[in-house]
Amino acid sequence: MYAFDYQKPSDVDSAVAALKSEGAQPLSGGQTLIPTLKMRLNMPEVLVDLSGIESMKGISRDGDTIHVGAATTHGAIAKSADIQSAIPGLAHQASRIGDPAVRNRGTIGGAIANNDPAACYPSACMALNATIVTNTRELSAANFFLGMYTTALEEDEIVTAVKFPVPSGSSYQKFDQPASRFPLVGVFVAKTAEGVRVAVTGAGSDGVFRHEGLEQALSGSFSADAVGGVTVSSDGLMKDLHGTPEYRANLIKVLTKRAVQEIG
Amino acid sequence: MTTITMTVNGKERSGKAEGRTLLVDFLRTEMGLTGTHVGCDTSQCGCCVVHVNGESVKACATFVSGMDGAEVTTIEGMANDDGSLGVMQASFKEHHGLQCGFCTPGMIMSATDLLANNPSPSEDEIRTWLKGNICRCTGYHNIVKSVQAAAATMAGAREAAE
Ligand SMILES: Cc1cc2nc3c(=O)[nH]c(=O)nc-3n(C[C@H](O)[C@H](O)[C@H](O)COP(=O)(O)OP(=O)(O)OC[C@H]3O[C@@H](n4cnc5c(N)ncnc54)[C@H](O)[C@@H]3O)c2cc1C
Ligand code: FES
Ligand code: FES
Repeated sequence: MYAFDYQKPSDVDSAVAALKSEGAQPLSGGQTLIPTLKMRLNMPEVLVDLSGIESMKGISRDGDTIHVGAATTHGAIAKSADIQSAIPGLAHQASRIGDPAVRNRGTIGGAIANNDPAACYPSACMALNATIVTNTRELSAANFFLGMYTTALEEDEIVTAVKFPVPSGSSYQKFDQPASRFPLVGVFVAKTAEGVRVAVTGAGSDGVFRHEGLEQALSGSFSADAVGGVTVSSDGLMKDLHGTPEYRANLIKVLTKRAVQEIG
Repeated sequence: MTTITMTVNGKERSGKAEGRTLLVDFLRTEMGLTGTHVGCDTSQCGCCVVHVNGESVKACATFVSGMDGAEVTTIEGMANDDGSLGVMQASFKEHHGLQCGFCTPGMIMSATDLLANNPSPSEDEIRTWLKGNICRCTGYHNIVKSVQAAAATMAGAREAAE
């Protein structure tokens, strides 16, 4: 690996100040960034490690909102009693990311900032209508995720937390791509005050998206049969070695049914 | 270059590191602990798994900078104080949980972390937990048997102690 400067600030302001220097980039769990540095796909001059910022870690519940610090690991989210009881779909989602060693280092902030088209959390953020908190502003998930590996984040802007409204029911269903351990397709279903929301990851060529047809059908009748009557088009779905757009379209229906059955 | 001081296998150790130094290189070259292997260097195989502050991590995907003061356990720290094999190691030996042995340090570190979280896992739970540890030789059956046997031995030891 080529050489770079490494800094580990202990608060958000110092981190943002450090990120203003030429060629600086944030580092969280490193589970995505370190492999890309090794391949020299990314060559920052300064890495600003956010893992020492205590205010960006931890999970708390405030009324009907769950607050998750951006530097909280997947492992901590999976094990959180607050999340397990309030948003079981999110706890389960975190518990299925990669493998235990990845979950002990990887963070929610790093995962959503990266916005991999097959990342798990963007689906939870979209289905639950989460708010992404940065050092300067708050954005709805719909305004944050702007397509494959693209988000609304500006230069020097970092995600500091994610706020999830508590739904009345939630489930995440992941169909593993066994070699990468990412989802081939993942579907998050949430029953919220505004109706049923269905978000899909791993399938759209533009990254995470909500499926209106499934949402309407499920808001009318929350049942696997209602899913059966919906046509899921393969237009705009990804095509790769692991699956055709048609295969992914079929998986979206299958996984949505399973999620609905789990929520009951 | 900065000096990093950590507790490695119970002993305080210091070594030199650059910003880009990976934990696995630090352990192998600075500490001389070559039991931690590099199989893929792309976060896929789990050969490099060690425990940092009690949790399993991939040492090939962790920078050592910023780890000052951490507690690290490697495969060299898994033997008993008298040098005999620890329960998990002995169980892998007894149940043929290894052939070439290249993946074994990572397997043992991951399996030990599993039993710390879940002392009596089902076969399915063992296979799911070890998804991030790849073995080219054994076909996994004997690895699963080794972990099951280690869990039983540890449960027996706990009962005897009570
Ligand atoms: C074997 C393996 C399996 C995996 N399986 C899955 C899976 O099933 N599902 C899934 O969703 N993911 C999976 N991942 C990815 C994993 O979840 C990563 O942890 C995650 O994508 C990145 O989080 P990180 O904290 O490691 O971020 P890093 O790797 O440190 O950073 C990722 C990117 O985000 C930027 N960044 C980091 N933190 C912030 C911040 N707070 N604000 C702004 N920008 C920031 C960095 O500059 C970098 O560009 C897997 C990874 C591996 C290695
Ligand atoms: S060498 Fe670290 S996961 Fe393969
Ligand atoms: S024993 Fe050879 S790779 Fe596992």
